[in-house]
Amino acid sequence: MIIASKKPIEEIIQEITPYSRILILGCNECVTVCEAGGKKEVEVLASALRIFCLSQGIEKTIGEHTLERQCDHEYLEEIRNMVDDYDAIVSLACGVGVQFAAEKYLTMPLLPGVNTVCLGANEDRGLWTERCQACGSCVLARTGGICPVSRCAKRVLNGPCGGSTNGKCEISKDTDCAWQLIIDRLKALDKMDDYEAVAPVKDWSKDRAGGPRTVTREDVKI
Amino acid sequence: MSKYVSSSRLERILKAGHLGVTSECGPPRGSDAEEVTKKGLLIKDYVDAVNVTDNQTAMTRMSSLAACIHLKLLGIEPVLQMVTRDRNRVALQSDILGAASFDISNMLCLSGDHQSFGDCARGQNVHDLDSMQLVQTVRHMRDEGKFLGGDDIKRPPKIFVGAAANPFADPFEIRIPRLAKKIACGAEFIQTQCIYNIDKFKEWMRRASDRGLTEKVFIMAGMTPMKSVGMAKYMKNKVPGMDVPDEIIQRLAGVEKKHQAQEGIQICVEHIQELKEVPGIAGFHIMAIEWEEKVPEIVEKSGLYPRPDM
Repeated sequence: MIIASKKPIEEIIQEITPYSRILILGCNECVTVCEAGGKKEVEVLASALRIFCLSQGIEKTIGEHTLERQCDHEYLEEIRNMVDDYDAIVSLACGVGVQFAAEKYLTMPLLPGVNTVCLGANEDRGLWTERCQACGSCVLARTGGICPVSRCAKRVLNGPCGGSTNGKCEISKDTDCAWQLIIDRLKALDKMDDYEAVAPVKDWSKDRAGGPRTVTREDVKI
Repeated sequence: MSKYVSSSRLERILKAGHLGVTSECGPPRGSDAEEVTKKGLLIKDYVDAVNVTDNQTAMTRMSSLAACIHLKLLGIEPVLQMVTRDRNRVALQSDILGAASFDISNMLCLSGDHQSFGDCARGQNVHDLDSMQLVQTVRHMRDEGKFLGGDDIKRPPKIFVGAAANPFADPFEIRIPRLAKKIACGAEFIQTQCIYNIDKFKEWMRRASDRGLTEKVFIMAGMTPMKSVGMAKYMKNKVPGMDVPDEIIQRLAGVEKKHQAQEGIQICVEHIQELKEVPGIAGFHIMAIEWEEKVPEIVEKSGLYPRPDM
């Protein structure tokens, strides 16, 4: 899923300064699961902003609403009758949701309330880790199911690089060497021969390098 | 057809069966060419070629290609080091052609230290290619006479292609498969990481030889003299992928501080002499980091001087 982290409240306060009626808009999908932008976080942020405004003697209206998804026409329509009551929306959705809402409500300022970080997994309570960079052409079949594009700091495809030490990456002792993990898994699969298959020069045109990507499915189109 | 792929003297020396000797020169953090040429002239007659590092430890420096040209103009044969961290395939191919236009005939393909170690820690890295894919790229340009995109190259580069190997980095069991992979990509010579653990290195060489890899590639053993016990401890504890046995540290600690540098050189010379006898060793890459003036002494004492005139 998409992992996001909360923006510092000071940054949000600064962004909303010009506006007096603000809607805090949550999203019930990924940002809820990673506890950055769901209904609960909308309540907490709204309360914190109200307390701040009270303490500073600033008058602002802070509204709250959480959509099932912000990256979907159907759910974004739900606030159409509501938006006229506000001067700005602080969206706690990922960057996709913020942009989609901005596109839909052309004259409404949309301010991000979270930093969108990566595609990741919930490894432990309070710990999310990057697992995919959506490069558009998956190599996991050749790398023991562990992604060198997202998990190696140099995204080397024929690794490990010379900096791998005790299974850790040269950039930090807290970061696993992706290629150590790949080797461990290939050994467990008894597929060490796979390591010696040379990964040719990668086609990054399926990645961001190819410009904004689209997925079209004629078979599901109406 | 010539049995040589380039005009490289290093290539001729290695192919003639002589032990090759290379050293290195780190370009300055400024635009004064004299800093490059001074270092080059110090070691000129004692080595076959001089590696020029490419923004080593991710610190911004004078470009490796420019520094190589300065050396070339002095009659010193450069080895152009190129990392994939800072340039995409367009820029890398462009620099390869630029180097070839000056008849720079050796190249070492590397991924490079992560930028978080350098002076632009908040910068973006590129890694469009990895080091093995860069080896494939140079070989493709040279042997097929084509760009990666498929178009023909007018006057393809004639470059002797090298790669690095770290016999000590983890995991140890893939060190030989990894070497095999670099050779499969087209590496013709290998310069290794600094060697201090001689026994482990010999074991790596034995395994490389058992797999027939020493028949396919020239392996040059990387040697860096220790300046002090402090440096030895730093190398052991702080430099990723480095294996410094305690006996080296104890030996340096056992002599007076003012004699430690000389002891470091002595250790280096002894290691070279010991490794000269190891089957499959094709030469030595002496990396005397900011201590280039000691390279002639090391080369002479190791019995590697004079260099063959080829």
